[in-house]
This record gives sequence, structure tokens and C-alpha cells, in this order.
Amino acid sequence: MTAAPVVAVRRLSGGYVAGDGALVDVNFEVWPGQVIAVLAPNGGGKTTLFRALLGELPFSSGEIELPHRPAYVPQTERSRLDFPVSALDVALMGAYGRTPWYRRLSSADREVGRAALDRVGLADRSRSPFGTLSGGQRQRVLIARALVQEAPVILLDEPLSGVDRVSATHIEEIFADLSAEGRALLIATHDIAQARRSDRVLCLARGQVAFGPPDVTLSTDVLRRTYGAELIVLDESTAVAVDHHAH
Amino acid sequence: MLDVLLEPFADGIGQRALMEVVLVGVVCGPLGVWILLFRQTYAAESISHAMLPGLVIAALAGFPLLLGAAGGVLAAAGAIALAGRDERVGPDVAVAVAITTLFGLGAALALSPEAPPRIGELLFGDLLGVSEGDLVATGLLAAAVVAVLAGSHRALALAAFDPVGARSLGTRPGPIAFLLLVLLGLTTLAAVQSLGNLLVLALIVAPAAAALNLTSRLGPALALAAALTVAAGVSGLYLSWYLDLAGGASVALCAVALFGLSLLRRPARATGRPLRVFGRAPIDVFTGTR
Repeated sequence: MTAAPVVAVRRLSGGYVAGDGALVDVNFEVWPGQVIAVLAPNGGGKTTLFRALLGELPFSSGEIELPHRPAYVPQTERSRLDFPVSALDVALMGAYGRTPWYRRLSSADREVGRAALDRVGLADRSRSPFGTLSGGQRQRVLIARALVQEAPVILLDEPLSGVDRVSATHIEEIFADLSAEGRALLIATHDIAQARRSDRVLCLARGQVAFGPPDVTLSTDVLRRTYGAELIVLDESTAVAVDHHAH
Repeated sequence: MLDVLLEPFADGIGQRALMEVVLVGVVCGPLGVWILLFRQTYAAESISHAMLPGLVIAALAGFPLLLGAAGGVLAAAGAIALAGRDERVGPDVAVAVAITTLFGLGAALALSPEAPPRIGELLFGDLLGVSEGDLVATGLLAAAVVAVLAGSHRALALAAFDPVGARSLGTRPGPIAFLLLVLLGLTTLAAVQSLGNLLVLALIVAPAAAALNLTSRLGPALALAAALTVAAGVSGLYLSWYLDLAGGASVALCAVALFGLSLLRRPARATGRPLRVFGRAPIDVFTGTR
């Protein structure tokens, strides 16, 4: 581990509208290689937090230290199926930020794009129209785009939502690889089982409910305070957050 | 056969009309693709309609049309904002009311008996009345719009494909969407003399929609849209010459006909079928058959 966190959020408050309070007093740090699960009910502040980290949303108080621009992987269920691009085109978008508008993408970047698709197991689908891929394949293409971006921090918005089991397994293997090479991942999820496999869990219900290791954070009490009526407790060790997301 | 093809362009009127549709086509096609990808067709229609009173007032007062167009769009924005502030109205109704009011005002001014001759051409254009000065203005505006579209290609792609993620890749989607509307305003202005601000929408939307039906790659879609728009313009001129129809209306009809033809051969973007515009039928990736 290096001596400095790659993300430091201190006393962050703010929201879409002044005084809305979508986020209240959020504090956490992320170190290289850490996988952070962000648990919150719908409207609990996950999207607001990610938008603040992306610099899209002004916040009313607090500070965010983020030395490098993070990569963002949107929910595949919200991606455009009608957009006329191939899988490789989407992966190469990761290189747009470092390529001046008057220059063509370099052959080195194209090679990085192909390598990223290969890494997510889609080398043979590089020319396929993005909209013809399955949900899991599209999610992997969007992860390949983040790989091309070469960002040290990757924000993932419900990456396993709407993804088939084979792709989900593959995606979790990719997360483990990325973590092993020192990239920090912030994963917004409703999947408590997935959160248990992360290094830290951040629970939000507008305000910060808890932040810490999963064995400490994922108690029934914390989950109840996070999800309220959306939480169904099955037994002492198992709880399910009901996702009311409308897509 | 060659005589039939060349006859409409034998004199200066036909030649200038031909150059005008080529210039307008080269810019309207690619711009239309972006308008469709940003899902801004309604905005395109609204902006062209909202410009009318500004254009008419500028023409009546002898001001540059560009100034009138800008005034029309600003008036529309103000009217929409004003109407939208009333909670009983709502944003959709505000846009509809503001735009139809402005369009009605512009049409009333343009078609009144006191209006000078040819001012009604702002509505439907006069393709065969294009002067050399009009051609120069169209050429300059078209070159500027195409240059900006080319320079902002990647930013446009990011902002349209993934507006939330665009920020992380160095693009701010809000200003890019605004830039697109500015380019739309300039293009409408470039084409208003020849096609009128009502018919220009057909040339922006229909060939672009046809191109997106025929290819699943962005670069080819932009090039194909330009080619189809020019083709619609040229075929419209033939239609106008041989059937003695209004030039602008003929071009618009040809553009819409091309879109209709494209529906016979849709690509498979979200269906799994591959895509070919010309040549042999594609191999179906699922069945292995043509």
C-alpha cells in the first residue's frame, strides 16, 4: 500500500438541490487495491455520492480528495442499445480523455483497447455492435472501457444488476484482478452477499450509517438502519435488500 | 439518357440549386445523425419554428437573418422559461405553447398582405431562387458546422452514449448538448433560403434516420447520412423539374421516401443480425444462413 489514500471524503454534505440533503456528513477513505461496497436504498445517496466523486455535483460542505480522475462504469441496464458503436469503439472511449481532439487515437491506444476486451473475455466480439451483446457482455465492455482509461479508481454502479450468472462470475474475477494490481473499486450494490466479499462497506441512508470491514458493518442493526422497510431478515446471518429500482 | 440527367442543370438557376443542395446535404446529414442520437428531434423542430418571427422581422427591417434567428431563439427560450415557471403549465406544455405562438406570429407576419414579396419563402424556401451570394453564405455556414462537428466528434459521441460517464472521460455533456443546438440553429439558417424553416427539418431528420437504419457504425452512419441527404436533394431537383413541383417540397418528399426505403433493410443493432448496406445478404450470426 502507498502512504496516501486514492479517495478521501471528509464531512461531505450536499445534494441535487440546495438544502436537499441527499448526502449528510459522509466520511471515508479508500486505499489502493481496496474494494468498497456502497450499500444504500434507492434514493439513499449512492448516485449522489458517485456524481460528487465525478465532479458533476457541487456539494454544500466538506471536501473530496481525489488526485486522479476516476473511471465510471454505468449500469448496463441503462446503456444505449441503439447507439451505432462496436464493442471496440466503446472500449476505446476510455482513451478519449487523453487524446487531443485534433489527433486520431494512437495505434498503441487501439492495442490497449483490444487487450482490455481480451482481458474481459470479449476479444472475439470486438467488432460486434454494442447493442447486440448480452447484458453481462455489455457490462464487461464498459469495464474494458474503464481499463483503457487506466484510472486508479473505478466507480461501478450496480455492475452485477441484470447480468447472467456466468458473466457475474467473470466480472467478480476481473474485480479481484484489478484489486490485486492496486486499483481501488467503489461498487454500488444492493447485494449484501457481494458486500460481504469486499474490503470495506459504506452504508448510506442519506447520511452515513456506517463504514468499516464487512464483518463489523454488515450487522442486522446497521442494515436495518440503512434499508429500513426494504430489508428482509431471513435468519441471523442472512438478510436481503429488496430492490425497487424501476428501469 | 445523358440529356435527361443534365437538362435540369443546363442553366445557372439549376446549377446554383444543385450546388445548394449538395452544400446543405453535406451538413444536414451528419448533423441529423447527432440530433437523432441525442434524441433532440423535438428540439430541432422547435428551434426551426421558433426562429420564424425573428427571421421575418429581420427580413422586414433589413437586418441580417442571423441576427433575427438569434433573436427568435432567445425569445423562444424566454417564453418557455416564463411559461414553465407556472406550475399549472409544466415544461412540455410550456414548450408547445411558446413554440406554436412564435410560429403563428411569424407566419402571420410573413403571409400578411403588407409583407414584401418572397418573405413567405422563409417558410417553404425557394430552391430555384438561390443567388450566388446565398451560395457563399450557405458554403461558409456549412463549412463552419462541419468543422465543429468533426472537431467535437468524440465529445459528441461520449455525451450522447453515456452522459453520466462522459464526465469521467473529460467531456461535459451539458455544454456539448448546447453546442449541438447552436449548430442546429446555424444549419437551419444556412438552409432557410433554399428549403424554408419548415422543410429543412425533413432534410435533417429523414436521411439521418435512414442512415442509422442501414448501418450500425457511427462513422459510416455520418458519411452515409451526408450521401443520402445529397441524394435526396438531387433527386428532389429532378422531381421538381420533370413534374413541375416546388423545389423544396420535392427535396423533402425524396428525403422522406429514402427513409421509407431504409425501413426495408433495418440493421440488427439490438436484434443480433449483422448489417450490410449494399451487396449480398449478410450471414445471420445465429443460424449461419444468408
